[in-house]
Amino acid sequence: MKRRTLLATGAGAALAAAMGMPARAQDKTKVGFIYVGPINDGGWTQHHHHSAMEMVEHFGDAVEFVYQESVPEGPDAERAITQMALGGADIIFTTSFGFMDPTVNVATNFPDVKFEHATGYKQADNVSVYSARFYEGRAIQGTLAGRVTTTNKIGYIASVPIPEVIRGINSAYIHAKKVNPDVEFKIIWIFEWLNPAKEADAAKALIEQGCDVVLQHTDSTAPHQAAREAGGVYTFGQAADMAEYGPMPRISSIIDNWAPYYIDRVQAVIDGTWSSVNTWDGISTGMVGIGEISDVVPAEVKAEAEAMRDAIAAGEYHPFTGPINKQDGSPWLAEGETASDGDLASMFFYVEGVEGDIPS
Amino acid sequence: MDINPILLLAALMVASTPILLAAIGELVVERAGVLNLGVEGMMIVGAVCGYIAGHSSGNPYFGFVGAACAGAVVSLVFAVLTQFLLTNQVATGLGLTMFGLGLSSLIGQDAVGSPDLTVAKLSFPILSDIPVLGPILFRHDLMVYLSIVIVAGVWAFLKYSRAGLILRAVGENHEAAHALGYNVRRVRVFAILFGGACAGLAGAYISLVRVPQWIDGITAGAGWIALAIVVFASWKPWRLIAGAYLFGGVTVLQLNLQAEGLKIPVEYLSMAPYLATIIVLVMIRAGRAPASLGKPFHPSS
Repeated sequence: MKRRTLLATGAGAALAAAMGMPARAQDKTKVGFIYVGPINDGGWTQHHHHSAMEMVEHFGDAVEFVYQESVPEGPDAERAITQMALGGADIIFTTSFGFMDPTVNVATNFPDVKFEHATGYKQADNVSVYSARFYEGRAIQGTLAGRVTTTNKIGYIASVPIPEVIRGINSAYIHAKKVNPDVEFKIIWIFEWLNPAKEADAAKALIEQGCDVVLQHTDSTAPHQAAREAGGVYTFGQAADMAEYGPMPRISSIIDNWAPYYIDRVQAVIDGTWSSVNTWDGISTGMVGIGEISDVVPAEVKAEAEAMRDAIAAGEYHPFTGPINKQDGSPWLAEGETASDGDLASMFFYVEGVEGDIPS
Repeated sequence: MDINPILLLAALMVASTPILLAAIGELVVERAGVLNLGVEGMMIVGAVCGYIAGHSSGNPYFGFVGAACAGAVVSLVFAVLTQFLLTNQVATGLGLTMFGLGLSSLIGQDAVGSPDLTVAKLSFPILSDIPVLGPILFRHDLMVYLSIVIVAGVWAFLKYSRAGLILRAVGENHEAAHALGYNVRRVRVFAILFGGACAGLAGAYISLVRVPQWIDGITAGAGWIALAIVVFASWKPWRLIAGAYLFGGVTVLQLNLQAEGLKIPVEYLSMAPYLATIIVLVMIRAGRAPASLGKPFHPSS
């Protein structure tokens, strides 16, 4: 009996909080973040958090910042997001692909809260999606990888089979192949975004099989450590610069820079001008940063990579420019044709030359 | 074919060592009749403490000592709760895992390490130079050998020593052991502390040798694998080595097969370590659990 009363009171309070939120006088905008990993993972989550902190610094006292780290993808995410919405957040950023459905589900229950989901594709009136064109950075990595490898074997630690990861593999492969027709890609899927022990094992397996360049789409710096111990193996920072592993093994990196976007979106909430958008920015706006290419890379290769970076930034070059065939040999892009955003967003095939099957 | 079987087998030993260390500790705990499901929690506290101790002192072996102590201290919480306050062992063990995960995250917030700290690979005269066997067996770090020595020690202890006999008696029938005048709680507390120390070592092996870094959640479920292997090995030390090496071996093998571009769906490769370990250990399974496993005991009863 007593317990039931308690539950009813609790539910009532929660409901009141939810309903009362829009009406409540707000001097501060409450901004929430849901992270998939710990804020010190050295990669993906850490960079979202850094960008969020930059946003907080920009606004100072005008915003109240809350976050929850290491939220598992799946049903528990829904609970975490709901809790944050009940806690009075005005805008909630959910920063992993697997938060897509939970975010959309929670958003229908809280029409007055704004949601921003990273790397997904399901939009709603109060759900924006944003992502970065990491494949632009992968084109530069592929070019560097193809040039510096001497064994012609390039390892790729892939995380979760979603279009974003597959785009990265394809883009890197196309550009490595372009500068070095003999390259071969060895791909290992670990089915997780962050598992340092598995990442280290995967990197070691790749190195033992003769790869002297290891690309990663996972979040920790463990592969760099494995490469450093092996010696003579090149790696690239992922999501963060990972400069502490430079100049060897880390020779460049893709740096996620979300801060301008976060500042922009929170400003929109403060101004009351927020509307649902689909943002997909790349090198040109700085959302994708290319980390300093270290000096162990020959100067002419460095110049080549930097020229590609500048061409992509200027919109003169698209990493997916035909002719490109799919893995089975069927034509995808004709000579000079560039991939549409729709094609890229749903990409679930390897390009011709990549071996193996994509796990489904 | 790019897979080098020599390197593969050598990698197997490294990948298996943390599981083996954690499992041998838990084996002793369970043989004493206590079920401690907190292996994962003790491991990760060992991982972060070992990392900090190793990097702040500049000596990785100091890190391993620190990790063993940290694991033992965490397990002491479990010992006091279950042996003296008679809490439910399953619930307390699960709680210990969650506690350990949180505590390690807290301790490790500002942990900084130097990438130059490495655990030296040993080199034995003559042995290390044997073709094939040398690189597979005799060029590892000290902890790989220590883990095997611990297993051998536990086996000898349980089989030949009087103290081992008492420990087994406590695990099989604590009432009878008590009636004979043995201090059941004391035996169990020591077993739990040993289990904690081993789990701590296992964690430190991950953060100091296998990865080697500190990142939240770095053990990623290895403690649960260790628990499962104890059961499938029928609480017998030598089978534990078979189980741990099989699991570690198939884990490394599946990564290599993926890199090789084998035409087997990746999903099957990823589940292979779990499947192979279960199948083999179920087939050789002949033992049974210690009779008093998980049952509470109070000397007044």
